[in-house]
Amino acid sequence: MKRRHLLASAAAGLALAFAGAAQAQMDKVKACFVYVGPIGDGGWTYQHHQGALDVQKAFGDKVEIAWQESVPEGADAERVMTQMALSGCNIIFATSFGYMDAVNAVAAKFPNVKFEHATGFKREHPNVSTYNARFYEGRAVQGTIAGRMTKTNKIGYIASYPIPEVIMGINSYFLHARKVNPDVELSVVWAFTWFDPAKEADAARALIDQGVDVIASHTDSTAPLAEAAKTGGKVIGFGQASDMAEYKPTPRVSSIIDNWGPYYVKRVGALLDGTYEQADAWEGIAGGEVLIGEITEAVPPEVKAEAEAMRDAIAAGTYHPFTGPINKQDGTPWLAEGEVAPDGDLLGMDFYIEGIKGEIPR
Amino acid sequence: MLRLERRPNPSRFWLYATPPVAVVLTMIAGGLLFAAMGKDPVAVIRTIFWEPLFGDFAFYLRGQLLVKAGPLILIAIGLAMGFRAGIWNIGAEGQYIMGAICGAAVGLAVYPTESRLIFPVMVLAGALGGWAWAMIPAILRTRFNTNEILVSLMLVYVAETILAKAATGFLRNPDGMGFPGSRNFSSYPAAANAELFAGSGLHWGGVTAVFVALAAHVLLRHHVLGYQIRLAGQAPRAARFHGVDPTRLVIFCMGLSGALAGLAGLFEVAGPAGQISIDFNSGYGFTAIIVAFLGRLNPLGIVLAGLLMALTYVGGEMASTNMGLPAAAIQVFQGMLLFFLLGVDVLTNYRIRPVKGAR
Repeated sequence: MKRRHLLASAAAGLALAFAGAAQAQMDKVKACFVYVGPIGDGGWTYQHHQGALDVQKAFGDKVEIAWQESVPEGADAERVMTQMALSGCNIIFATSFGYMDAVNAVAAKFPNVKFEHATGFKREHPNVSTYNARFYEGRAVQGTIAGRMTKTNKIGYIASYPIPEVIMGINSYFLHARKVNPDVELSVVWAFTWFDPAKEADAARALIDQGVDVIASHTDSTAPLAEAAKTGGKVIGFGQASDMAEYKPTPRVSSIIDNWGPYYVKRVGALLDGTYEQADAWEGIAGGEVLIGEITEAVPPEVKAEAEAMRDAIAAGTYHPFTGPINKQDGTPWLAEGEVAPDGDLLGMDFYIEGIKGEIPR
Repeated sequence: MLRLERRPNPSRFWLYATPPVAVVLTMIAGGLLFAAMGKDPVAVIRTIFWEPLFGDFAFYLRGQLLVKAGPLILIAIGLAMGFRAGIWNIGAEGQYIMGAICGAAVGLAVYPTESRLIFPVMVLAGALGGWAWAMIPAILRTRFNTNEILVSLMLVYVAETILAKAATGFLRNPDGMGFPGSRNFSSYPAAANAELFAGSGLHWGGVTAVFVALAAHVLLRHHVLGYQIRLAGQAPRAARFHGVDPTRLVIFCMGLSGALAGLAGLFEVAGPAGQISIDFNSGYGFTAIIVAFLGRLNPLGIVLAGLLMALTYVGGEMASTNMGLPAAAIQVFQGMLLFFLLGVDVLTNYRIRPVKGAR
C-alpha cells in the first residue's frame, strides 16, 4: 500500500510540476499520442499522426509532441501511457477503442494529465474526455455511389470488430445503397483486426470471389484497394480513414478522410490558454472532421452529383443519414416515418437494419 | 579463405559466451542503424538498456519488466523442454489464448461470488486449457504422424477466432453496452491476479515463473525424464535403444509447454490485461521462442533471457516515444538479437579454420 501511495504521489507531484494548476494557462504543452498501428499504415494511424503534426504546426515552440506506434491494446497500452504521463506529457491522445480501460486506469493515477480517448465512451474521471467522428455520414455518401455503380448488385464491406461504430457504418452504407438500388445485396466479412494487410487482402479476395464489385472497408490499410486493383477495373472501392489517393482514379473512386487536426489543435489550444474542459465530442462532415475525398472520373457525372448533393445536405444539416422509416433486421420498427436516430441509439448500435443478410458475430 | 570445421565436442566456452557476444553485436549493429536514422546511437542504446533499470522512472519500470518477463519465462521454459527433445511446439500463442479463455471463463461463471477458492481453480483451468490445446497437435503427431510445427501453428489462428468469439459473445460483459470484451477482473477481487506488493509489478505469474524455472532445472539435471529429454534431442536412435518411449515424450513435452503457456495466459488475463478482449494476445507465445533460444534452452538461462527481452521491450518503447524512433526500428533491433545469437551460435559446434593455399 505504501509503495502504491508513493508511486501515486510521485506521479502526481511530477504531473503537477509539469502541468501547473489544472485550469491555469500554460506556457508549453507536451502532447503525446498513442497509436494502435504504424504511422505508415496509410489509413487510420496515419491520419491521427497528421493531426499531431497539425498541432505542432499550429503552436510551434509552445508545443512538444511525442508518440508511440503499434501499441497493443491491454497491459502494454497501460504501461505506455504511464510512461508518457511520467515523462511529462500534459495531454495524451489514445487513438483506439481498445485503449478504453487502460486510459481510465492511468487517468486515475495522474489527475493532472488530460486524457483524450478516441471512439470510446468511458469517462470515469474528470480528466478523461472522449472524441469521435460521425463516419456514418461518409458511409451514406459511399453507399449511394456503391448502389449506383454495382453491376452485379453485390456490394461488400470489410468490417473490423462488431462494435457500434462499425455496425453503424455498415447500416448507413447498406441503407443508402438500397435507397438508390433496391436489388442490392450486402456481404460483410469480419476481419477481427484494425490493421493486418494480409487478412484484409484475404477478406477482399473472398468478397471478389463471391461476385462483389464494390468494396468498402473499415480496416486501416490499403490492402483491400490493392486487391481490387488486380481485377482490371471490375471492382471498385473507397479510401478509408485516409484519402489513399495512390489508387485513383480507380479502384479508389472516393474516400472518407478522418481529419483530426482541427480537434487536436482545439484541445491543445484550450490547454494552453486555460479553457480546457472535459468533453465528449462527436463531429461529422459539418464540423470538418469527416471529409469526402474527391470522387473520381470513374464515377459517371450524374452519380457524382447525387453523392455530392447528399454530402452537402448532411453538411447543411438538412439530411440525417438515419431518418425513418427504418426497421431492424428482424422486421421490428426502429425509427418511425421522419424520425431521426437519437445519438444514444447510434452509440449503442448492436443490430443490422432490415435487408442485411447474416448475423453480427457474438 | 576461411572454412568451418566441426568441433568434436560443442565448445563450453562459446555455449556461454554466445548470448553476451550476440548482445554486444546487436548493440553495435543497432547503433549503426539508429545512427543512419539520424539519432544519437549511444543515447538510444542507453535509453533501451539503462533507463528502465536505473533511470528517473525506474521505480515504475522495474516492476513493468517483471510484468513483461513473467509470461515470456513461463512459456519459454515449457517450449525449451520440447525443443531439447526435438519436439517443436510453435503454437504457444494459441495455448496461451486458450488458457486465458478457460481460466477467465471459470472466474466469470461464478461472478460475483467471493471465495478464496476461485483464483486457484481458475489457475487450474488455465493450465488445463493450454494443455488440452497442445494435446491436439501432440495426439495428431503420435497417432497419425502429422507435423506438430504446422498443426500447432495453425491452431493459433483457430484460437484467435475462438478468442474473438469469446470477447464478442460467450464471455462478453453483460453490462458492457454491447461492446466486445469481458468484465474486468480488476473489479472482481476474488478472481483477480493482483500485484503481490503494490507497485512491484510482481504477481503470481512471476512467482510461478521462478518456481517453474527451478523445477525445470532440477528435472533436467536430476530426473530420469530430463535425461530422456536430452538424449532424445541429441541422439534419437540411441534414446530408443535406451527404452525412451517417443510417444510418451511427445505427450509429456507438448502437454507441459501447453500447460505453462495456458498458465501464463491465465495470469495475464486476470492480472495486467484484466479482461478477455479481441486483441488480448500480444505475441508472447511467439516471442517466447526467441527467449527460449536466447536462454540456451536452459531454465535458468531463460530467466535471464526473459528479463533481457522485457528490457528491450520496455526500453525500446521509451526510446521510441522519447526520441521519435519508429516502432519498426525497435522491432528490427529485437530481431537482430536472435539473428546474431543464431549466427554466433555456429561457433559452439564449429570452429573457423583458415584454408591454406588456393582451395
